[in-house]
Amino acid sequence: MTDENEVMTNTSADSRKGQGGDPGAEPPASSWLGQGEAAKHRRADALFRWLATGSGIAVVSAVSLIGVFLLVQAWPSLQANNANFLFSSEFDTRDAENLRFGIRDLLVVTVMSSAFALVIAMPLALGIALFLTQYAPPAVRRPFGYIIDTLAAVPSIVYGLWGIFVLGPFLVPVALWMNRNLGWIPIFATGNVSIKGGGTIFTAGIVLAVMILPIITSVTREVFRQTPVKHIEGALALGATRWEMIRTTVLPFGRSGYIAGSMLGLGRALGETVAVLVVLRIASSPATFSIFDGGYTFASLIASAAHEFVHPLPTGAYIAAGLVLFILTFVVNAIARTIANGKMQRL
Amino acid sequence: MTTDTLQSAERASPFQHLSGVRKAKNYLASVLVTCSFLIALIPLGWLLVTVVTKGYRALVSERWFTHSLSGVMPEQFAGGIYHALYGSIAQGVMCAIIAIPLGVFTGIYLAEYGRGWLARSVTFMVDILSGVPSIVAALFIFALWISVFGFPKSAFAVSLALVLLMLPIVIRSTEEMLRLVPDQLREASYALGVPQWKTIVKVVLPTAYSGMVTGMMLAMARVLGETAPVLVLVGYSRSINYNVFDGNMASLPLTIMNELLNPEPAGVARMWGAALTLILLVMIFNLMAAVLSRFSAVKSS
Repeated sequence: MTDENEVMTNTSADSRKGQGGDPGAEPPASSWLGQGEAAKHRRADALFRWLATGSGIAVVSAVSLIGVFLLVQAWPSLQANNANFLFSSEFDTRDAENLRFGIRDLLVVTVMSSAFALVIAMPLALGIALFLTQYAPPAVRRPFGYIIDTLAAVPSIVYGLWGIFVLGPFLVPVALWMNRNLGWIPIFATGNVSIKGGGTIFTAGIVLAVMILPIITSVTREVFRQTPVKHIEGALALGATRWEMIRTTVLPFGRSGYIAGSMLGLGRALGETVAVLVVLRIASSPATFSIFDGGYTFASLIASAAHEFVHPLPTGAYIAAGLVLFILTFVVNAIARTIANGKMQRL
Repeated sequence: MTTDTLQSAERASPFQHLSGVRKAKNYLASVLVTCSFLIALIPLGWLLVTVVTKGYRALVSERWFTHSLSGVMPEQFAGGIYHALYGSIAQGVMCAIIAIPLGVFTGIYLAEYGRGWLARSVTFMVDILSGVPSIVAALFIFALWISVFGFPKSAFAVSLALVLLMLPIVIRSTEEMLRLVPDQLREASYALGVPQWKTIVKVVLPTAYSGMVTGMMLAMARVLGETAPVLVLVGYSRSINYNVFDGNMASLPLTIMNELLNPEPAGVARMWGAALTLILLVMIFNLMAAVLSRFSAVKSS
């Protein structure tokens, strides 16, 4: 039923475009109205159109300004920086005369935690999307979907509290076991913070995985739901089992949407602030590429220093970090949109 | 002869026989898929149970919703989060006052007027905006409002940052809902000589109304839980401040962050209490959105 509606609105939108514009492009010629009345309507029409267009322009300029402003504010600090911005692990802004800041550790911790989150969340989200579109009885699909969406409604700071006070301590034995038995693999080696404290990338990554699960699931679910019924029925008619049907029709059809959804989830994880700030412990030595490292991500570093934003030069250092984060998420999101293009109009 | 071949064909039919391997694979897939759904329920249930069991004690104290923390010692079991609740709602409402008209008009532009390069760039920018991390939005407002314009840190600056986070949700839901309104309604209105703006205001918007409000509720739920903007753009206050434009103002996330630094049992209780209050507040908006979408005139997907 809903599918039918969708098709109807889609075709009507297409036909509108085919005629070279929406019906609004040809407003009625109200010749039979009085002269004054018609002029008043024309003015009102123009005003309304101007308001709508103006809002659109305001949004475009606001977003373009984000990058420009961050760059302008970060530039003097980048000029005054005495360390290598890309490769230094230092982030010392206490002395405005001698700024030393670099993003190496921030980048390592941000990418490690987000990638770890993605590794956990991607297969789970695929399973949940399949369950909600193909396996669950139709009557409960909607309520079950609501349950997964509820995960997205929980504020990130609450995830942070749960992560550090409940999940972290619970995971310590698991982390210790992994470290003891798999420690010879570099990413499971002992990191720069105590594993017993629980505030490691390992914990943060799992919290992030839970947080990005709903967005990956909802995008994937949406594309899986659009799999042509004829393909599904065709596969079943040829004697395919349910799994074979999914492998030959649903998965190939939904692959690009699944990847796009995962990229959107990655974008979320990269920019997540407070949950990571609360979970990760401060590290005193540089990152070692282990999931048992601590430290700061771009976002959590900025949030942790927010109350020190007084002098322009040190503040600019954090804004420079924010600019890198903005570019990072911009690129990831742009890739997601490009992959998704054509398969679905809006995510 | 004919019966023989028929019988052998029947025996070889794919409908009758599934090899053990295929059966096992199918079964395994079903189990894995169901398990992944059940696994996702664990953190949700675990988290909700944690917050409720640790937070309800603070909530049932009679002063929780009516008093601030003004003059309350860190180790004292006293006071409430009235100041923070007020702050959260005030910042959310300020944000909505700016973001909803702007977002609705942009949505109208995209659905009713937009064509060509401008519409494409608006769509692109809305996509980008929806991916901007909240900390970057907060930094942008800091750079613009506080560094360049020289205004002090205030709750209003927080509202401005929240606008950036609320806008894409409002714009998308408006645009989507307006596109679902059948063209016949517009054409009928034009045929009666009604000008376009009046058609949009009196015919299209009322039809899409409840769907749009659903989007706004979801947007509100999202911004109320945001912590990054309040950390960067406003100071914390333990007492009530009604002035949105000046001075420090508490909010629920900021209260949690502050009580996080308080090791006393009273601080821990307040922290979980504020977390539970925040979840309840967000859930109320989500619930309203879910209820409203049931009454939607145009059915969304």
